[in-house]
Amino acid sequence: MSDLLTLAGVHTHIGRYHILQGVDFAVAEGGITMLLGRNGAGKTSTLRTIMGLWQASSGEIRLAGRRIERSATPDIARLGVGYVPESMAVFSDLTVRENLVLAARDGPLDDTRLEWIFGFFPALRRFWLSRAGSLSGGQKQMLSIARAIIEPRKLLLIDEPTKGLAPAIVMALIECLKEIKRAGVTILLVEQNFHAARELGDTVVVMDNGAIVHRGEMAALAADTPLQEHLLGLSLEAHQ
Amino acid sequence: MTDVSASGALPKPKRDVLPALLPVALALLTIPLVGSTSSWVTLTAASLAMGMMIFIMASGLTLVFGLMDVLNFGHGAFIAVGAYVATLVLLPLAGWVQADSLLANLAVLVPAVLLAMAVSGALGLVVERVLILPVYGQHLKQILMTTGGLIVAEQALYALWGPEIIPLPLPTSLRGSFVIGDAAIAKFRVLAMLIGLAVFAGIQLVLNRTKIGLLIRAGVENGEMVEALGYHIRRLFLGVFMVGSGLAGLGGVMWALYREQVHASMGDDLTVLVFIVVIIGGLGSIGGCFIGALLVAMVANYGGFLVPKLALVSNILLMVAVLMWRPRGLYAVTSR
Repeated sequence: MSDLLTLAGVHTHIGRYHILQGVDFAVAEGGITMLLGRNGAGKTSTLRTIMGLWQASSGEIRLAGRRIERSATPDIARLGVGYVPESMAVFSDLTVRENLVLAARDGPLDDTRLEWIFGFFPALRRFWLSRAGSLSGGQKQMLSIARAIIEPRKLLLIDEPTKGLAPAIVMALIECLKEIKRAGVTILLVEQNFHAARELGDTVVVMDNGAIVHRGEMAALAADTPLQEHLLGLSLEAHQ
Repeated sequence: MTDVSASGALPKPKRDVLPALLPVALALLTIPLVGSTSSWVTLTAASLAMGMMIFIMASGLTLVFGLMDVLNFGHGAFIAVGAYVATLVLLPLAGWVQADSLLANLAVLVPAVLLAMAVSGALGLVVERVLILPVYGQHLKQILMTTGGLIVAEQALYALWGPEIIPLPLPTSLRGSFVIGDAAIAKFRVLAMLIGLAVFAGIQLVLNRTKIGLLIRAGVENGEMVEALGYHIRRLFLGVFMVGSGLAGLGGVMWALYREQVHASMGDDLTVLVFIVVIIGGLGSIGGCFIGALLVAMVANYGGFLVPKLALVSNILLMVAVLMWRPRGLYAVTSR
């Protein structure tokens, strides 16, 4: 598999804070790369820097070979990058339909694609005309993911989609992300839930203090409890 | 996949009608206090007309505030510039303005309004590019820059038109009143109400029925996410800023005709009123702005009639009361 996204020596400063301190890793095309690490390790900052929401102060970010570290966020999105932030950031004043209409930049909603999404998230069909602000946390997460895939994307950046959700909804989300991967979408996923990380991850990158401290196969890390404890402070089991 | 996400129907969101009922309640409450029905009708009509004019001036500012997080203390400049630009058409063609023909009056009034809106909108473009672009996200600098802009604009108006107050007579067809029973309602006030309602309906239509409107509403709530969906929100900012400035220009022309005079400091006087309306309504909320404008006008008119000594502080008292009840305004959209 070739690499769809590569980061080389990426540094990010927010005010006087040096958040990312030379991040290097690659995301293989068509797979799911897990981005793990303790709280404050720099995972969300990495996604935000890739998305252009925070400007990298130095280093290179390439998407399909094209440098994007100086590109504006909308231009990065238009290259086929979907972003699902930790906060979900659904537009609560807008209906489910309006949220998806906005996300479909290039024209009206595609019925076939919409049916594909309803297959994952039937609740969105049911609450089509409800205000997004009135949805439950799980439904908002579904809407946030649906918004990111309402049009074909090359790469999805997803930040802790299972955080705070009930186990049954987590299972549904895992199935959904597997299906999205089967559709050929590459995913870079920040996740703290061990079950989700083990189920979904092909490869894994671990961060600490704004830098990458481990790269490898997810299965290998899942099988190595001492390594988990060394890298994450706790075993992945304890992160459930 | 099994749908595990939603069991049963969503609770229907409560419609928050309480703020919308306030102007009605206030109007009804003042009937016995005012005493005379004809005086009450006249005061109510004056309030509605004044409220609509303030709404037109404030609607752009609330969107700019909500969407762009920009504190534009220079908004009053667009109001004054709009009024002055209208005199460029209305004064040389005074014969048409004074003609006893609705057609002749409209033939001069409509171009004057359109020109005023166009010039104010274009000035908005310049102000956004030159004064505001370098200070996005820096409130203190925004206040300094836009206040400075207002002073410069005011002095430029003095330099170009002189320090005298310019009389601006109402077109003949808009003089006089409609008499209903004992009450008289000035024709211009009726026109102001109709224009205000049309602007309100137009903005609501754009916000709720078009993709641009969706983008504006989404941008007010979370501009960063709108960018992450692939839209250049700065371009949207610029468009909204220009439309807001154009509407301020329209409001300026209407206010000048209402007062039948134009002067360079009119923007100063109205800026305070407009900011009170925007804060009362809730930053970024057009509905809140509409109700806020009505409340401000009603308190000014009823208050001025019933307790003249309170007239000067009535709007501040209203703002304090509303913020004590709802600290983020009547209809809060943003959490800023």
